[in-house]
Amino acid sequence: MTPELEILAIAVVTAVAAALPGVFLVLRRMAMVSDAISHAILPGIVVAFFLTRDLSSPLLLLAAAATGVLTVALIEALARSRQVPEDAAIGIVFPALFSIGVILISRAASDVHLDTDAVLLGELAFAPFHRFTPGGVDLGPAALWSMGAILLLNATLVVVAWKELKLATVDGALAALLGFQPAVVHYVLMTMVSVTAVGAFDAVGSILVVALIIAPPATAYLVAERLGPMIGLAIAAAAAAATAGWAAALALDVSIAGAIAGAAGAIFAVVFLVAPERGLIAQARRRRGQRLDLAVRMLLVHLLHHQDTPAAAEECREAGLHRHLGWREPWTRKVVARAEGRSLVERHDRLVRTTDEGRRLADAAVVGFAG
Amino acid sequence: MDLLGDYTLRMVALGSGILGAVAGALGSFAYLRRQSLVADALSHAALPGIAVAFLLTGSKTPLPIMLGAAVAGWLATLAVRLVVSRSRVPYDSALGMALAVFFGLGLVLLTVIQKRPDAAQAGLESFLFGQAASLLRDDVIVMGLLGAASLGVLAVLWKELKLLAFDGEFGASLGRPVRRLDGLFTLLLVIAVVIGLRTVGVVLMSAMVVAPAAAARQLTDRFAPMVVIAAAIGVVSGVGGAVLSSVVPHLPTGPTIVLVLSAIVLAALLGAPRRGLVWRWVRLGRLQPSAALDPVLMHLYALSRQHPDEPDHGHGLAVLRTMSPAGADVERALGDLEARGLAQPVGDGLWAPTAIGRREAERTLRRQTGGEP
Amino acid sequence: MDGNRTPALEVEDLTVAYSDQPVLWDVDLTVPVGDKMAVVGPNGAGKSTLVKAALGLVPAVAGEVRVFGRPFVRGRGEIAYVPQRAGLEWDFPTDVLDVVTMGTYGGLGWFRRPGKAERERARAALDEVAMSEFERRPIAQLSGGQQQRVLLARALVQSAPILMLDEPFQGVDAPTERAIVAVLDRLSGEGRTVIVVHHDLQTVPEYFDSVLLLNVRAIDAGPVDEVFTEDNLRLTFGGRVGVLAQLAATVDRAR
Repeated sequence: MTPELEILAIAVVTAVAAALPGVFLVLRRMAMVSDAISHAILPGIVVAFFLTRDLSSPLLLLAAAATGVLTVALIEALARSRQVPEDAAIGIVFPALFSIGVILISRAASDVHLDTDAVLLGELAFAPFHRFTPGGVDLGPAALWSMGAILLLNATLVVVAWKELKLATVDGALAALLGFQPAVVHYVLMTMVSVTAVGAFDAVGSILVVALIIAPPATAYLVAERLGPMIGLAIAAAAAAATAGWAAALALDVSIAGAIAGAAGAIFAVVFLVAPERGLIAQARRRRGQRLDLAVRMLLVHLLHHQDTPAAAEECREAGLHRHLGWREPWTRKVVARAEGRSLVERHDRLVRTTDEGRRLADAAVVGFAG
Repeated sequence: MDLLGDYTLRMVALGSGILGAVAGALGSFAYLRRQSLVADALSHAALPGIAVAFLLTGSKTPLPIMLGAAVAGWLATLAVRLVVSRSRVPYDSALGMALAVFFGLGLVLLTVIQKRPDAAQAGLESFLFGQAASLLRDDVIVMGLLGAASLGVLAVLWKELKLLAFDGEFGASLGRPVRRLDGLFTLLLVIAVVIGLRTVGVVLMSAMVVAPAAAARQLTDRFAPMVVIAAAIGVVSGVGGAVLSSVVPHLPTGPTIVLVLSAIVLAALLGAPRRGLVWRWVRLGRLQPSAALDPVLMHLYALSRQHPDEPDHGHGLAVLRTMSPAGADVERALGDLEARGLAQPVGDGLWAPTAIGRREAERTLRRQTGGEP
Repeated sequence: MDGNRTPALEVEDLTVAYSDQPVLWDVDLTVPVGDKMAVVGPNGAGKSTLVKAALGLVPAVAGEVRVFGRPFVRGRGEIAYVPQRAGLEWDFPTDVLDVVTMGTYGGLGWFRRPGKAERERARAALDEVAMSEFERRPIAQLSGGQQQRVLLARALVQSAPILMLDEPFQGVDAPTERAIVAVLDRLSGEGRTVIVVHHDLQTVPEYFDSVLLLNVRAIDAGPVDEVFTEDNLRLTFGGRVGVLAQLAATVDRAR
């Protein structure tokens, strides 16, 4: 494999590994926790690094995962004290932990091979230089192996705890009532996020991890109706973002991590625009049709309401309808024409009346909502 | 050592103090409006704006750079609003996505800048992590002017913004343009963030906005004092952190300020009169609340979920007794719940949770499950 | 203004839709000056929406609202509004007097601060709802009934000719309920118009002069003894078992 292809492989594996816990975070409205965790694991990484002096030591993973879980526990302890709302708790806890990490790094003098920029920004371009060479045999970039292992771990956890994760996500209250341990599910998820964040930090940087955890699942959420397909779509969006970002970064010679984050955002934006049914364009098109449709029904209800009453001469007069409905005249003419075209109303003597068909529709409209 | 005679320290302390005052005061409003994480998103999203401003002007003059940051932050909040109003993507996901994607685009632009031959780009990273030591007199003057302007707006529109934070709908019923006020407030927050980027950097900005407010909220039950105390805490930690980091070697300014701030929050949470946790432990020791209280509310809530259209649907004592452990005083618990406005009798010995009770139960569940109820 | 002949509030052909789903269909309503009207209907009938739409807090798809014969414009101080208690953030750091003083903001304009005069008016309103001794109490420490009284006092301070209250009796204690009723009686006695979203059918005949039966559309509106009939209630509430039995008893008692 060329270094470029190795970078692509690492990017895709990282993106997919991040998307798996991301789906559950997005659905459970805990997306910002990923931001908190990815920053707050810094002190864990630093302490473990001081102990091992080795950035690829598995101890780093453990320490960071532990710090991630500690972060969540701290946030929850603050929120549970009812003195601080949860969003504020997040905003207080992770900067404090991050500060401890930064201070530890700068106190440890300059010989330490670890700096804050690298943690936050990452540099995927350097990832192929760290090789995985057990017994002197070059088996490829170390990051590919570590992220591959994390992907495998996340996939296994999602498969094994599928039922619990799904229930706790879709209906946490029901899960609690059924005697599941939502707290256990919760911490399994948080461990996944922490391990993914630490595995990814030196390859892609912690802020890209946040992009990869949130954006592909959010993209999938724009179109998916069920959890299973949502995970599939999130994986596809993640792989697409990694590939497109990689290609763009190579072509323009810019930061790969940044380009992947940008690509993840761009894919979301495109789907947000063109998604069938829920996309902005589909919404606008439907809204135009529905507005006329709703207006026709409103006209029918209005007529039905007032015709055959003493006020009918005023309320149902064609020339006065726009005033009663608070509409503009051309729009009112358009609505009346549409209703007439569908034989829902007819005009007599400058009055507008519903036909039998129109009456049925108006009754149905009102009963449909009042029922 | 003559601390005040030191130019760098004077600038750093002044800059951090200005930041602390502005972020603390505005942060109180954001905190009460449940917008604590907006500052975090704004600060990350500012990066591409900074880069574009630099690419356009080719210089690091504070004003264009701050303008660029403000525009980018503003665009990010617009994007969040659009996504939340037109899709089912939840608010926090939209916020986190805007934060990370804008930041990624900023990184891309930074690598573009780094390839340029002019060396002036050195120092742009200082916006990322804050480099208070590099603050110059001009920077501090700009920060001071911006800060004074935003605090001035806050003072002039004080009662409008208070109304917006407490009961925006009532404000609207008085004829106030609530949406425009909301936009104005976001703009003020953008200014606070822009002031903070050079001092504490992108990551730590959220603490400057949230933490003083959280601490101040523990210390007072009144609004104006809360804003003033938050601003004061901001100033004290800003200046204190700056001095501390200049006295102790290898102590970066931004993180030191945040740790001073965090210590103040912790102290307030534990020791604040009446609200503080220590106080509550002492009081709870004396006034043990009925242990059966919260479970009964949760049962009532679980039952009420079977009738989602009829929140006032009543449930009998017998059912609640079956759900509770033997010997639990369900009736007394219900009385307590009623006194606290969490449950209400709906006739014929039936009980239903109130709207507040339902919300409280949902909150408890969310805490237990970490997710949506 | 020609006295009592111009209605206080006229709602004409009002339709409100949330994302193209109508929640109010072509509602007409006329509320005479000095009337004390209950708005009654099942959950999801659009009761709160009607109040909010009348105040311009939610946009109408069609229709018009007139106040004393003029198209309604917010900010003229003609309608005071008491929102649902549960929708507010009661952990907000402020005290009772401060919340009530917010009622004077409308008349103060943009830049003036409330002064002594405003606080005196707020105290008078607090006195009226028997909350004077709580004026410095943080609102986080109030009971449900006390919270409701504070919101009522805030509306009283506005001295508006029309008051709209959304579920003011929801979850309050009996003394508070009596206190609110007394205030509403006095207001309508002074010729002010009171419109209340109400959920307790049994108290409608006792508390109110007239009633609007609402279920997405206006089923009927008018004096309680004419409109509050079993047939009308059946139309409004549909065939909900349980509710109907209760209704029959209620209507009997009202006769």
